[in-house]
Amino acid sequence: MNPETTRQSMGGMVDDAPVVAFDDVNLHFDDVTALDHLSFEIKRGETCVVVGEAGSGKTMLLKTAVGLVRPDTGRIFLFGREITKLKENALAEARARVGILFQEGGLFDSLTIEENVGYPLLNVPGLTHNGAGSPEKVAERVLKALRFVELEQTLDKFPSELSGGMRRRVGIARAVVTEPELELYDSPTAGLDPITANNIIRLIIQERDLRNTATIMVTHRFQDGHMMANFRYNPSSGRVEPSDGHHIESRASTKFMVMRGGKLVFEGSEVELCRSEDPYVQKFARPGSS
Amino acid sequence: MFELLKTPVETFQDFLSLAGRAIRDVFRPPHYWGDVLIQMDIIGVGSLFIVGLIGFFSGVVMALQMSRALTTYGAQGQVGKIVSITLVRELGPVLTAVAVAGRNASGMASELGSMRVTEQIDAMRALGTDPIQKLVKPRLIATAVVLPLLTIIADAIGLVGGYLISSAMLSSITSSEYWTSSWQILEYNDLTQGLLKPFLFAIVVALVGCFYGLRTTGGTQGVGRATTKAVVIAFVWVFVITSMLDPLFVNLK
Repeated sequence: MNPETTRQSMGGMVDDAPVVAFDDVNLHFDDVTALDHLSFEIKRGETCVVVGEAGSGKTMLLKTAVGLVRPDTGRIFLFGREITKLKENALAEARARVGILFQEGGLFDSLTIEENVGYPLLNVPGLTHNGAGSPEKVAERVLKALRFVELEQTLDKFPSELSGGMRRRVGIARAVVTEPELELYDSPTAGLDPITANNIIRLIIQERDLRNTATIMVTHRFQDGHMMANFRYNPSSGRVEPSDGHHIESRASTKFMVMRGGKLVFEGSEVELCRSEDPYVQKFARPGSS
Repeated sequence: MFELLKTPVETFQDFLSLAGRAIRDVFRPPHYWGDVLIQMDIIGVGSLFIVGLIGFFSGVVMALQMSRALTTYGAQGQVGKIVSITLVRELGPVLTAVAVAGRNASGMASELGSMRVTEQIDAMRALGTDPIQKLVKPRLIATAVVLPLLTIIADAIGLVGGYLISSAMLSSITSSEYWTSSWQILEYNDLTQGLLKPFLFAIVVALVGCFYGLRTTGGTQGVGRATTKAVVIAFVWVFVITSMLDPLFVNLK
């Protein structure tokens, strides 16, 4: 991979470049290796499912991808622009095109659900200047996002008044309210019962297929990745359904990455994942794996 | 030896970096004045009772202890001067800062620490808000404004406490003698010291509370550790600063 070949243009942003590209990225905390010579890229509309043991660097991968954590060495490209050495205010411009669902939710305790979901529209640079910042427009888009996750009745509630699954759905609403080109989901189903977890994944699939969003999802559950690879949103029925022979786009555009000790030890399709003979990789290639 | 010093030196460097950015941001937009007012209410109004109580009993204790010593020399009339000087120069600023550090540095560390471990700080950054502007700056400004005011209140209530003891237990001193002597003994040097100290304490208390909150790791246990560290370090800094300032002001006329 040569991340620099396609990337130079006005302002550093290039539309035909990979959405995210890591080039030999290393990150250490004292003696702990969080990311170890990590290189990969995600293309527009592609889905990437990242699995691995706890502490294998999955969350750090997401955080470095948007500049929340800076790597020790290596380069990271977001929408074709190198963000590795960008200052915080310049990073905000690139982050405006990314939606993030954090592992712990990241909802602001002191704000209502409406204020939480509207927060990006009022604060993300680039979104506040294009009319999205007007109160009517913000309220409209917040309601639309909350309707998407079927929580429009919770506008005036605080995060502490909602269940874990509902908070996760509000997190998704906040991530999608800006209609970003890249969605990052950090363990969206962690700690949820299987039914709620499946509902969350259905929402993520729906969001991905409605706008052909590039998606990186970190998960512990094989089932989550399996659904991402084999289910699609059918706009005519309004439901998430298994991909059939006529709709194989999502299977073709979903890749799996397995991490271990900060290293990328596997990258390929679901079929290749299931065929892998590596005992560590095999652990993440069957239902019930974690 | 150098290995042992590495962590504290790095921590101090990080603290100075945060302090520099926070102080620089005071003069840069955006300004979250609503948050400043909320923090002034929490720190200022919220601390009034405890600060008043501490001030009152400081005055009472000073008057009681000093009256006994002064009686030996037949100088009971000087009790107002001693209570006034001690409170304005030292006890008022230090004890008020200690009360606010115990109450608010811990509150800041635990609040920001909780936000840190639940990824609200990361979310804030990801959503285009600088946590130093939004969280640290309002707390810094609010503490810097209200701590000197709280100190003035503590000093005044302390003088009242001293007066009550004097009037109840010392028959040889009149009301006007107490108030006149306690007022006249104060010089600009004392007042400057009495207001400069709480201002500096406020900066340190707010920054230490926010610093340990923002670097919290390790879940809820980490929040507890951060809170404890914030209070202990803030206390130490208060006494270090007062010890460093005293020699400067003692020799000033």
